[in-house]
Amino acid sequence: MAEEHRPPESFRLRLRRYDPESGEAPYWDEHTVELEGHRSVLEGILQAKARFDGSIGIRCSCRAAICGSCGVRINGEPGLACHTHLDHARSSSSGGEGVIEVEPMGNMPVLKDLIVDMDAVHWKKIHRVTPWLINRQPVPEREYVVERESMVDVTQTMACIQCGACVSDCLSMEVDPGFIGPAALSKAYRFVGDPRDAQQRERLKDLAADPLGIYDCTHCFKCVQACPKDVNPMGQIMRLRRIAGTDQGIDDPHNGRRHEEAFTTLVRDYGLNHEAELLARSYGGNSWFGKFHPAAARELLSSVSIIVKAVMRRKVDPRIALLGHRIPPKDLQSVRTIYERVESRPRRNELNLYISGAEEEGDSQEAHAQAPAPAAAQHPAGGAQGSVQQ
Amino acid sequence: MPEHDVLIIGAGLAGQRAALAAAQAGASVAIVSKVHPVRSHSVAAAGGINAAISVEDDWRSHAYDTVKGSDYLGDQDAIEIMCSEAPGEVMHLEHIGVTFHRNEEGRLDLRAFGGASLKRTAYVADITGQAILHVLYEQLMKRHERVARLEEWFVTSLLLDDSGACAGVVARDVRSGRLEALIARNVILASGGAGQVYHPTTNALIVTGDGIAQAYRAGAPLMDMEMVQYHPTTLVENGLLITEGARGEGAILLNSEGERFMERYAPNKLDLASRDVVSRAEQTEILEGRGAGADKAGIYLDITKVPRKRTLEALREIVNIGRDFAGVDITREPILIRPGQHYIMGGVKTDSNGATPLQGLYAAGEVACVSVHGGNRLGANSLLDTLVFGRRAGEHAAARAQSMPMPEPSTSSRLADEARAIDEIIARPRGGGRRVSEIKAELGQTMNEHVAVYRDQQGLQRALEVVGRLKEESRKAYIDDRGTIFNQDVLGAIELSYMLDCAEATVVAALERKESRGAQFRTDFPARDDERWLEHITITAGPDGPRLGRAPVTITQWQPEERKY
Repeated sequence: MAEEHRPPESFRLRLRRYDPESGEAPYWDEHTVELEGHRSVLEGILQAKARFDGSIGIRCSCRAAICGSCGVRINGEPGLACHTHLDHARSSSSGGEGVIEVEPMGNMPVLKDLIVDMDAVHWKKIHRVTPWLINRQPVPEREYVVERESMVDVTQTMACIQCGACVSDCLSMEVDPGFIGPAALSKAYRFVGDPRDAQQRERLKDLAADPLGIYDCTHCFKCVQACPKDVNPMGQIMRLRRIAGTDQGIDDPHNGRRHEEAFTTLVRDYGLNHEAELLARSYGGNSWFGKFHPAAARELLSSVSIIVKAVMRRKVDPRIALLGHRIPPKDLQSVRTIYERVESRPRRNELNLYISGAEEEGDSQEAHAQAPAPAAAQHPAGGAQGSVQQ
Repeated sequence: MPEHDVLIIGAGLAGQRAALAAAQAGASVAIVSKVHPVRSHSVAAAGGINAAISVEDDWRSHAYDTVKGSDYLGDQDAIEIMCSEAPGEVMHLEHIGVTFHRNEEGRLDLRAFGGASLKRTAYVADITGQAILHVLYEQLMKRHERVARLEEWFVTSLLLDDSGACAGVVARDVRSGRLEALIARNVILASGGAGQVYHPTTNALIVTGDGIAQAYRAGAPLMDMEMVQYHPTTLVENGLLITEGARGEGAILLNSEGERFMERYAPNKLDLASRDVVSRAEQTEILEGRGAGADKAGIYLDITKVPRKRTLEALREIVNIGRDFAGVDITREPILIRPGQHYIMGGVKTDSNGATPLQGLYAAGEVACVSVHGGNRLGANSLLDTLVFGRRAGEHAAARAQSMPMPEPSTSSRLADEARAIDEIIARPRGGGRRVSEIKAELGQTMNEHVAVYRDQQGLQRALEVVGRLKEESRKAYIDDRGTIFNQDVLGAIELSYMLDCAEATVVAALERKESRGAQFRTDFPARDDERWLEHITITAGPDGPRLGRAPVTITQWQPEERKY
């Protein structure tokens, strides 16, 4: 129990400052604050503001990780200033001298000091996903009667506080600023997963067809790590893909769905990815014959330069890429067992912390002991479709 | 110069609800907020929203609980409106997309809350305020062509026309520093309470009483300002809120001896008595030496009574708060809490349409005093208040706008005055007085020491002196930021002046009310005195400071009785 008094310590904060009126480049500004180690970086900055320099610009309000104002980068990692303890921040200090570096978030223009223009990027992307409920008709007189689990499930995406931490370090967005991105696609799931919405299929088709939509995510997990609210944005994007591709059979013009299918088939059959087959199957059809399809040849031709580059930079070993990886039969069998287990489930398990809650070690055993069914959101095929009663 | 039928100041639940209602009624609408709307403090409301929607319930029961909770200071006509309209309002929220948790039948689930005769609180885990706020913002985005949003604009004052009616505001675009007059047929204040007057408080840093002070300075009366709610469960560490939903789900309070002391104070409702009762009980335990923790200044909240799976599903936010801000796993061990400033029942006096006595000016939500909360607000009634009276104010203002011309207040001299006032603050010499932040800190500590759960003449008198001195000092207080783009420093100085006005009104009213009722407990007048004090205290700005007045309490069907839980 947190009863003992912790004495205040000194913490050195190095803040990235930028004064748009000065005409000068951004610079570092250092302050030493005195606080207990479990206080937040935000409290440190507020102390520096109160004692030394009131002109330090940072948006902040609730101090409790619910308003989403104080998204920043701390020692290079995106997060909320109010949600990061000073002692943790010091121990993750990059320079090794224990100085806590605070910078504005990335992927968004800086307006002043730690304040970025969220309208220009974040909110524009939110607007892109038609972020409001399109009611299933007829609207009932009282509440829509829906499955209990469905509302708990969308609560995970509802818990997004729009802080922008996931947008800040999204690698896809860095390369492709137009990518709809983790926050907005999570918002999209909030409607696709909501049984009261009438246009789930239209939403999915739209997001699958957009080259900057659900298939533009590269699975880097940065957003999952960045999110202070366990929204798991990448997980939501993958759910959108599964519902669009597997459940609803929505094809996308960029072969995202077929690419994913080819990938999972190859891993099942070979135990590891088979690089030479992957491209052919993604474009030509998901079987050994896929490579003979003209579309596969076309794609192969247009990719020759990339392949050559990859080989020359030793990113790919041509022998293994062509013949496939070989893994011991025992291991291959283990991979197949995983597939069988997953595929034999009547419903797909989706990890949702609001439902499972079992994020700590040791708890999963307890959760399993109490509830034989795996503690995760379970959805009938087709997502939330068809589960509304009036 | 922008002109609108309805101009709304503040974009929390009351403001956004008002904007949507006014737009629905066909008015041209603009909504101004000093922060992005989803940063508004409504986002922190956790536990839920009350409505008599279950078959066993009746809005009259809800209304009676609210009247009793208010210690009979609430106006019963307004309470009847709020409670009878509650089910419709909650259904409306459900229809626009709020993800209310369901029971096994797929209908809205309800949880227990303090001071309620039965379960009537609809909820979204323990992020109900956030869920509703974000869904309302979805609706504002949907209507972006009908509702103009001025996000990150800071209002410096209300504009009055020659007849003395409210005709708009002067506001500063925080991003550019540009000052502009925004003209409107009606202005709705929805800018929240004044929690930052206290330290510690559960309230966000932005909750600085702006609207209350703006209305007061423009001549509108304030009411019930002495009624300041201390929430029974705030973190000892830093004052953050632990939702009442925890006790609604079965958590209990224990003193240092492990005793469930609420058995002595509220034998029937126990930990779910109304907030003033529980906070006083905790404070008494602490004062009598049965407090827990290192300096015996806390009380244990034991959430381990709630099944762990349920806690993780329905109280996830406080699991996070316990872990991240107190280093405690609330599913495994009790957490140290204490009463902390949370809400002000008082505000700008309005009628049940949100109209203030000042023509053209409306108020809704925590900034307003209708008065539905009287001496003490029940948990999960504040969201309801913001939505019902936000909507009513929006509709009423839209209707009023139809029958009047666009006002023509003279703005150029006002704009020049306001610009000069801001320049004067920026130009104050460093070291010529105290720092704004120092004054704010002293104000918060003073209020929390003398104008808290227990009050007396001597302490209140002392607080009044300090506030008076701080007002003087604030006129010379200096800041550091000399810039125009995102100069938060200068806005902080203006906010301080708003806070000092609110603090003064609170202390003056608390001194005036020589009885104990609801959140006001005077150790020198420990009894409720219906004979003399079944009345609201009003405060208007006079030439020499606050002028006290009285307003009757409306009683419809519930005569005052002794209050027991």
